[in-house]
Order: sequence, then C-alpha cells, then structure tokens
Amino acid sequence: MTPVLSVRGLEKRFGAVVAADALTLDIPAGQKISLIGANGAGKTTFVNMVTGYLRPDGGSILLDGADIGRQSPRSVARLGISRSFQIPQLFVDLTAAENLTVAVSGVSARMSLRQGAEAHGRGEKAVGLLGRFGLADVADRPVSELAGGVRKLIDIAMALVRRPKLLLLDEPTSGVSAEEKFTTMDRVIHAVAPDAATIVFVEHDMEIVSRYADRVVAFYQGRILADGVPSHVLKDQEVRRYVTGGVR
Amino acid sequence: MKKELHLPVMIGLVAAATLFGRVLPTWTLSLATIAASNALIALGIVVLARTGNVSFGQGLFFAAGGYGVALIANAWGLTDAVAQVVIGAACGGLLGLVIGPLIARYSGIFFGMLTLALSMVFYGALVKSTALGGSDGFNVGRPSLFGMSFTDPREADFMLYAVSVIVTGFAGIAATILFKSEFGLASLAVRENNLRVEYLGISANRVISINFVIAAVFAGASGAFALMAQRHIDPQFAYWTTSGEFVFIAVLAGNQSVAAVFVASMALELVRSFSNLYLPNTWQLVLGVFLLGVILFLPGGIGSLWIGKRRKRSTLATKEPLAEKGAAP
Repeated sequence: MTPVLSVRGLEKRFGAVVAADALTLDIPAGQKISLIGANGAGKTTFVNMVTGYLRPDGGSILLDGADIGRQSPRSVARLGISRSFQIPQLFVDLTAAENLTVAVSGVSARMSLRQGAEAHGRGEKAVGLLGRFGLADVADRPVSELAGGVRKLIDIAMALVRRPKLLLLDEPTSGVSAEEKFTTMDRVIHAVAPDAATIVFVEHDMEIVSRYADRVVAFYQGRILADGVPSHVLKDQEVRRYVTGGVR
Repeated sequence: MKKELHLPVMIGLVAAATLFGRVLPTWTLSLATIAASNALIALGIVVLARTGNVSFGQGLFFAAGGYGVALIANAWGLTDAVAQVVIGAACGGLLGLVIGPLIARYSGIFFGMLTLALSMVFYGALVKSTALGGSDGFNVGRPSLFGMSFTDPREADFMLYAVSVIVTGFAGIAATILFKSEFGLASLAVRENNLRVEYLGISANRVISINFVIAAVFAGASGAFALMAQRHIDPQFAYWTTSGEFVFIAVLAGNQSVAAVFVASMALELVRSFSNLYLPNTWQLVLGVFLLGVILFLPGGIGSLWIGKRRKRSTLATKEPLAEKGAAP
C-alpha cells in the first residue's frame, strides 16, 4: 500500500545546526503518529518542511507519490495536508465563527461576496465544526476574549476544514492544564475522526503519546532515534536517555 | 453572527442625500461634491487598509482617472458626466490591475513607500510631458448629463453634486457588502495573519491585489469628479500632498465603518472651508489641531464612535450565558 506521506533523505541545516539529517519516514493512511523529541530535535522543522513553510536542503517529500518538496504552504494545503500550530494562529479580532468561515471559504475556488452566514451554507458549516469541538457557545465571541485551550481547539478546527489527507498537529495539548489535557485530546480525536484519517501530532507529554498514538517516532538532533509502537519506543534506552528523560 | 444589510434603507439614504442638494445653498453644493469625491478615494484607501496595507500614492490612480477622462473628452468631445466617471474608474482600475499584483507581495512601510514612489514617478512624467500641458496641465469643457447641457451654474453644480453623491453612495453600499462578505472577512484575516491565510489555501496576495484594484477604481472615478468640478487638470493630481490628504480622511474615518468615511470627508472640508474663511492666515493650524484632536480622542477614527459601542453591546450580550455554561475563561 502506498503511504500517504513518504519522506526520503530529507535534509535541513540552519548554519551549523542540523535540523534534519537524512530523514526517511513513511506514514501510511489511518495511523495516529506522534513525533517526540527534546526541544531542537527537529520535530517542528519536519512539520514546517512537510507543509511547505521551509524548503528542504535535500531529499524528497512525496504525498500520494507526488513530490511536494518545493510547494508553497498554500499549494500543500490544497493538495491535502493541513496543520495546527503550537501557538494558535488565529485572527484574533474576528469571532470564532468568522475564523472558521474564513477557513471554509478558502476551500472553494471562489470566495463569495455574500455574508459568511449566507454563502452556500458556509456559515452553518463553520458553526457546525465548532459544535463538533464543543465550542458552539463561543461562535460569536471574538477570539481575543477566549482562553488558550479554546483557541487551540479553534486552531485545530480550522486545519480540519479541508478534510485533509494528513493532519499535522503541533503540540495540541500545550498550554492546556493537566486536568484538562485528556478531555481536550479526547475532543480533538473525536472531532477529527470523521474528516482526517491520518494524524501526526508533535507532543511532549508521554501520557498523551502512550494513550493516543498508534506509532511513535522519536527525534534527536535531526535524526530518527526510534520508530515503532509506543510501548516499545518509550522503553527504548536511547529514547529514555535523550528524549523522555526517564519518564515511564 | 448574521448582520443585516438593510439595502433598501441605504438606497433610500442615497436618494435622500441626492434630493437634499435641492435645498442646499449653492456654495455648499460644490463643497459637498468635493467631499463626496474625496470620500470615494478615501473609501478605496479604507478598503485596502483592511488588508493591513496603506497606500500613500493613491494620487497615481486619481491622476490616471482624471487625465484619462480629460484626454478622451478633448479628443472625442465626450462630455457626459456618467460616461466620464466610468472612463475614470476604468483608467484607474486598469492601472491598478497592472500594479496591484506586482506590489501585493510587499507589506507595511515598503508597500506604502512603493505606492508613493510610483505616484511621484507618474507626477514627474506628467510635469515633463509637453503633450499633456506639462506643469500647467490643460482645461476641459463643462460636463453634460445624458445629452442635457447645463448653462445655469446652480443647475450644473446640482447635476455634478447629484452624480457624485449617487456614485459615491453606491460605492459605499458596494463597500458595505464587501466588508460583510466572505471576501471582506478574508481581507481582515490577511491583515491579522497572512501566513495562516496561506495555510488555509487562500492566496493572501490575490486578496490584496483585488482590494488594490477596487481602491484604484474608486480613485480613478474620484479623479473624474475632481476634473469635472475644476474643469482643469494638472500634475498636482498625482503629487504626494494630494495622496496625503486622502490618507488623512481615511485615518480620520478609521476602517470600521463606510459611513464614517463620508462623515470624515465632509467634516474635513467644512473645517478647511470655515477656517480658511475666518482665519485665512492660520487655517492650516486649525486643520492640524482638528486632526490632532481626532487622533488623540478617537484613535480608532470617527467610525469608532458608533462601531465601538455596538461591538461592546454585542459582547456583553453574549458573555452572560457563556459564563453560566462555563465555556468562557
């Protein structure tokens, strides 16, 4: 079976710092894969290269067999890869529903000159998506007034609008309290399930990783240190030494 | 979330403002015509400003519209006011179509300075062009309307007032529809975070380019009105102080309300006229104090007088039930 995403010999350097050192990775459809690693290990650089924000120095990125390594973020999004951000990237002066409406309007080739709420039911679609994340109540609130956890969910909801083949979530539970992290992640997984079959999420919390990931890829200094099911990878001696710091 | 547009009310307001010209004193007719014309170009600046970019060189399109109309009027004897506005808008829009996509990749001060530079290049070319009258410019004939000539100055002023109010009014209605549309939301999104807009699969440059062309169309039409009002055109149309004046109106108005642009333009014209009349040697000082006062006490522009209050009311209305449900922070 052809993987959704296939990365071959991916390289990226920032001066003397090696952020990606001949990375090779296949991501089959239907998996929930967690990328782990210490700060600076190359996880976000990997996400940035896959989504077109950074251009690799070498190697190839294949989406359904087609090379997307030189595409812009806009083209990559249109081809079927969406992402959320570690720090939610929202339009803070707009309401939650308006944020989603902008995302929904980006799916069609033409933006309507009608109001978001009226244009081809896109307003309803936007509010419906918020509802899936349990956020229908905040639809008319400006994002600037919303809590960090709520913003995080809106950010993910916006990434989901295109029903991507591959959804990349950069630290979906960062900034969320310890008590709420499982609830938040449950909401995300539940809401994402109908639209995104393949999910890659960058995560520092090993409890989240072991609970939600089918597969874990551990990064260290731009290389893949370990790749496999969570129970094996999280017990790996090198992973414990360089990534999890002895966390069980 | 849904905001009503009240289209019939807006059309009614435009009709009322047009008919109001019948009872206005003659001197206010020309003042209101200039105010409406300036409001049109300032509205374009506001449209563009919603993407986070300010043009300091709208004089370029203002002059392109004016010169385009003047040349066609003199060459073909075309004097119809409506046709002249359409030609002015087309000249501005065509130039905007050429420049917009090239300039859309820049932002902030670079965007502003590039527009200013282009307008000054055009100014320089106009000054040196003897075929276009050089720095003195040239004159055009009195405008007509649908084959009717107006020899009575009062009727001629009213005709120009009516056309300018109707065109500017409909441009205002179009801008209101645009602001509330999906495209309008995307424009605001570009201003806030154009990278996220790209990640959503939307071309930020395309959104900026389209808004740029709309602003250029409005500027070209405004140039046509200025030409008809003065019946003369010269390179001053493209000079940076002319562009600066339009930016002043846009700053005075803020970018939250279309109506504010018309209020700001009229207020500026009235302050300028009265201070010029009663304080002929220090009228610039009065104008400066007026601008400082607005910037100091209404940093969001005149429009924030009513838009800010409306937003506050709607936020208070939605906060109460959310606090009860625990969804709010």
